[in-house]
Amino acid sequence: MNDITRHSAAELSHALATGELSAVEVTTAHLERIAEVDGEVHAFLHVDGEGALAAARRVDEQRAAGEELHVLAGVPIAVKDVLATRGLPTTCGSRILQGWVPPYDATVVARLRAAGLPVLGKTNMDEFAMGSSTEHSAYGPTRNPWDLDRIPGGSGGGSSAAVAAFEAPLAIGTDTGGSIRPPAAVTGTVGVKPTYGGVSRYGLVALASSLDQAGPCTRSVLDAALLHSVIGGHDPMDSTSIDAPVPPVVEAARRADVQGLRVGVVRELGGEGYQAGVRQRFEEAVDLLVGAGAEVVEVSCPHFDYALAAYYLILPSEASSNLAKFDAMRYGLRVLPAGVDEPSAEQVMAATRDAGFGDEVKRRIILGTYALSSGYYDAYYGQAQKVRTLIARDFEQAFQQVDVLVSPTAPTTAFRLGDKLDDPMSMYLQDVATIPANLAGVPGMSLPTGVTDEDGLPAGIQVLAPAMKDDRLYGVGAALERLLLEKWGAPLLAHAPVLTAKGA
Amino acid sequence: MTGTATAVDEVVDYDEALRRYDPVLGLEVHVELNTATKMFCGCATAFGADPNTQVCPVCLGLPGALPVVNERAVESAIRIGLALNCQIAQWCRFARKNYFYPDMPKNFQTSQYDEPIAFEGHLDVELEDGEVFRVLIERAHMEEDTGKSLHIGGATGRIHGADHSLVDYNRAGIPLIEIVTKPVTGVGERAPEVARAYVAALRELLRALQVSDVRMEQGSLRCDANVSLRARAVDGQAQDDVPLGTRTETKNVNSLRSVERAVRFEISRQAAVLDAGRPVVQETRHWHEDTGVTTSGRVKSDAEDYRYFPEPDLVPVAPSRETVAQLRATLPEPPGLRRKRLQGDWGYSDLEMRDVVNAGAVELIEETVDAGATPAAARKWWTGELARRANAEGRSVEDFGVTPSHIAELDGLVRSGRLNDSMARQVLDGVMGGEGTPTEVADARGLTLVQDEGALEAAVDKVIAANPDVAEKVRGGKVQAAGALIGQVMKEMRGQADAGKARQLILDRLGAA
Repeated sequence: MNDITRHSAAELSHALATGELSAVEVTTAHLERIAEVDGEVHAFLHVDGEGALAAARRVDEQRAAGEELHVLAGVPIAVKDVLATRGLPTTCGSRILQGWVPPYDATVVARLRAAGLPVLGKTNMDEFAMGSSTEHSAYGPTRNPWDLDRIPGGSGGGSSAAVAAFEAPLAIGTDTGGSIRPPAAVTGTVGVKPTYGGVSRYGLVALASSLDQAGPCTRSVLDAALLHSVIGGHDPMDSTSIDAPVPPVVEAARRADVQGLRVGVVRELGGEGYQAGVRQRFEEAVDLLVGAGAEVVEVSCPHFDYALAAYYLILPSEASSNLAKFDAMRYGLRVLPAGVDEPSAEQVMAATRDAGFGDEVKRRIILGTYALSSGYYDAYYGQAQKVRTLIARDFEQAFQQVDVLVSPTAPTTAFRLGDKLDDPMSMYLQDVATIPANLAGVPGMSLPTGVTDEDGLPAGIQVLAPAMKDDRLYGVGAALERLLLEKWGAPLLAHAPVLTAKGA
Repeated sequence: MTGTATAVDEVVDYDEALRRYDPVLGLEVHVELNTATKMFCGCATAFGADPNTQVCPVCLGLPGALPVVNERAVESAIRIGLALNCQIAQWCRFARKNYFYPDMPKNFQTSQYDEPIAFEGHLDVELEDGEVFRVLIERAHMEEDTGKSLHIGGATGRIHGADHSLVDYNRAGIPLIEIVTKPVTGVGERAPEVARAYVAALRELLRALQVSDVRMEQGSLRCDANVSLRARAVDGQAQDDVPLGTRTETKNVNSLRSVERAVRFEISRQAAVLDAGRPVVQETRHWHEDTGVTTSGRVKSDAEDYRYFPEPDLVPVAPSRETVAQLRATLPEPPGLRRKRLQGDWGYSDLEMRDVVNAGAVELIEETVDAGATPAAARKWWTGELARRANAEGRSVEDFGVTPSHIAELDGLVRSGRLNDSMARQVLDGVMGGEGTPTEVADARGLTLVQDEGALEAAVDKVIAANPDVAEKVRGGKVQAAGALIGQVMKEMRGQADAGKARQLILDRLGAA
């Protein structure tokens, strides 16, 4: 085990600033850790050791030259493979983009590079972010560092597992309905979905444009805040990006104050369908907040019951259109139809899409194509948009009573690989608590509440705040994190089994 | 269906067709805006660049790229809407039109669906004989152009029979405004003329707005003509109560003349189909300039479903009242009013003005007059000499390199007495040949009227002496006979004399003035 990889990003930042560690040392340590354990975890689809070390060397040179550097300069990071990285393969976990190397950087990636964070590589994900287990990756599943037979959540299981397995101190995930938060919950890490429009989507290969949002995957709330402030803020390349300063997330995380804060427990997100241990840890966490001076009330958001149904119309509709561009004409996979002498462009498109997309992607393209069809549009897509408005109103009314809302992040702890592959509905239900935030565009955070008694696996609490009040998540999250740490005596991940190179 | 055998459609005599059927038009015009950059990215829009040199991740539709609306294009769209007397939406969205085609990088076109930026307007169009029709505008909406496919191999340049195809994405993402009329009814036999006049009036308006190059041959203005026929109303029935027939949409109509011919052809063709008791097929048809016919393209079945939905990557367009008012203040004088004003200023007859308009020479003449020419001379040069040369060479007068200031200068040289008409035409040859300005050409070629009165008088005397019979006729009052003497004087002077002066001198000498 390597000590450097056990540090938080904030600690590494301090060690780098004082000269205790160099960026090359920190990056090398993480590359070694990846080499040691990723054969088991499979968090990465592509590791860019050379590029990361070059970036680290540049930071060390700049520091030696006395240049003013970003607080996270020299702290390495892993990036979900759904963000375009110039010169680095970007597959979105799909066969159809195998070998595609983008000629440009996503804005998030450009900001990471500008701040001097060496990019370690690209992390595994469910194909085009469709899934809740990372089992729908065309390149094989990622395994949960807590139990290699279990899923790390999804779609961003690679990013959360990389952070949980100490392969990276920081990672970028994306969250369309829960691709950052439930993976954080089941891997014992922290994950934040910022306010929609708070982080640029330019270069994020769209699943559902109106729901997608990139955000931090970390092991501490402060680390998430530091990363959030690097990637957040207005981007003229994204029309839907909010033209306002990033909320004061780092200050809120440092203050970690819940005195007098009004916390609402969402009645509809809990109870039936939620694992007993998940509920128990959640309730204890809420009690800790009460003990720290928060006022807790129960609030009702009645339309949340329809969120999953609305989501599974809006998402596939947008996805069916967003994924149309993968047609073998300009980039990516090209498959010629068997037994056709001179295939037309349309035949090549069809053959390629048939071979290049996995079943879950095809399922959702078909769903979305159907929902948008003339004669069905009003009944499906149109109706779902109405539900979306009602859910946004539920949030507005709830936030008139309370400052933040809380719920368990995911209904269960990590399930076993393969358990839900043949049961899409059961898989979709993993995101039942996180989807409302995406539909309304409000920010959400998941942080660990402990391990459950029944299976010893991590569970998480979700905190939700009004749009552009992301700082509230960090205030509550950091306060709760400190209280839990006092209770446990050590970070939760210290209890995770030790991963060692197997068969290496 | 393959394109191997092209069936020749039967047609009914046009007048015959009109006796039995009432034609209804619908015109869809796509206008490429002349903004410096594309609709949703910063790429250049220049025509004729090397293939795929004006592209970026956005207009190539690369994974992850996002569109950002070109504010200039929105302004142009609003100005077009206002000039077409439309209402301007206070809030509207873009929509995705989903269909697969290799020249469309995202396999959806970002367009507008049920929330166009401009709607409910009209355009008054004047036919050649001065009759005015009001064409109602349904909507004008913003969208992006597609790339261009080039089909290699095969005889027709069409996809059928081609070996392979190349795609140029330079055009992908160029801002387009689609202007759609309401059904144009009540025009009867004049439908082809109205169609042509509408496109001409629209082109004139767009040119005055300076929002587009409106060059039909380059595709910056493209017209799709929808035509349907319905039965003539029977006794006591209003024609508008007769239900509309099935329409066809004819594409590839790339000149004003083609618009008129294509509509005329479709009326004759559909009449033949209906006469034979068959239904008109709802389809896209292609116009063939060379043969003057339309042929069947793709059948527009009910199954065609573009699955429109609001574009989630863009925010709504919501122009404020102030913005719209400011844009309204930038509108040019409506072309119809402007024509009337100019006709008065210039003193042209109705016929003369119509010739000028039909020749597309209003701007040229205006600039020429502004540069100092008389209106009569400006018209004479542009719609006479230059138009004649353009016709003879199958070129456009704009391609000659002759500017309004050249013509004004030339007119000045004539009026000052330095050049006569035939010399002026020689000077024009030189200007067109790139030899310089009219003065430079006249100097270089030594073209100048002889101002030496003595030489002219000597020539006149010589010619009178040599033609006593003719001189006698003139003395006797047959003034027109002087023409023969003038011709000979000009010949004596090798063309470099002022014919007016020569005539005056002859009449003076013979006492006939």
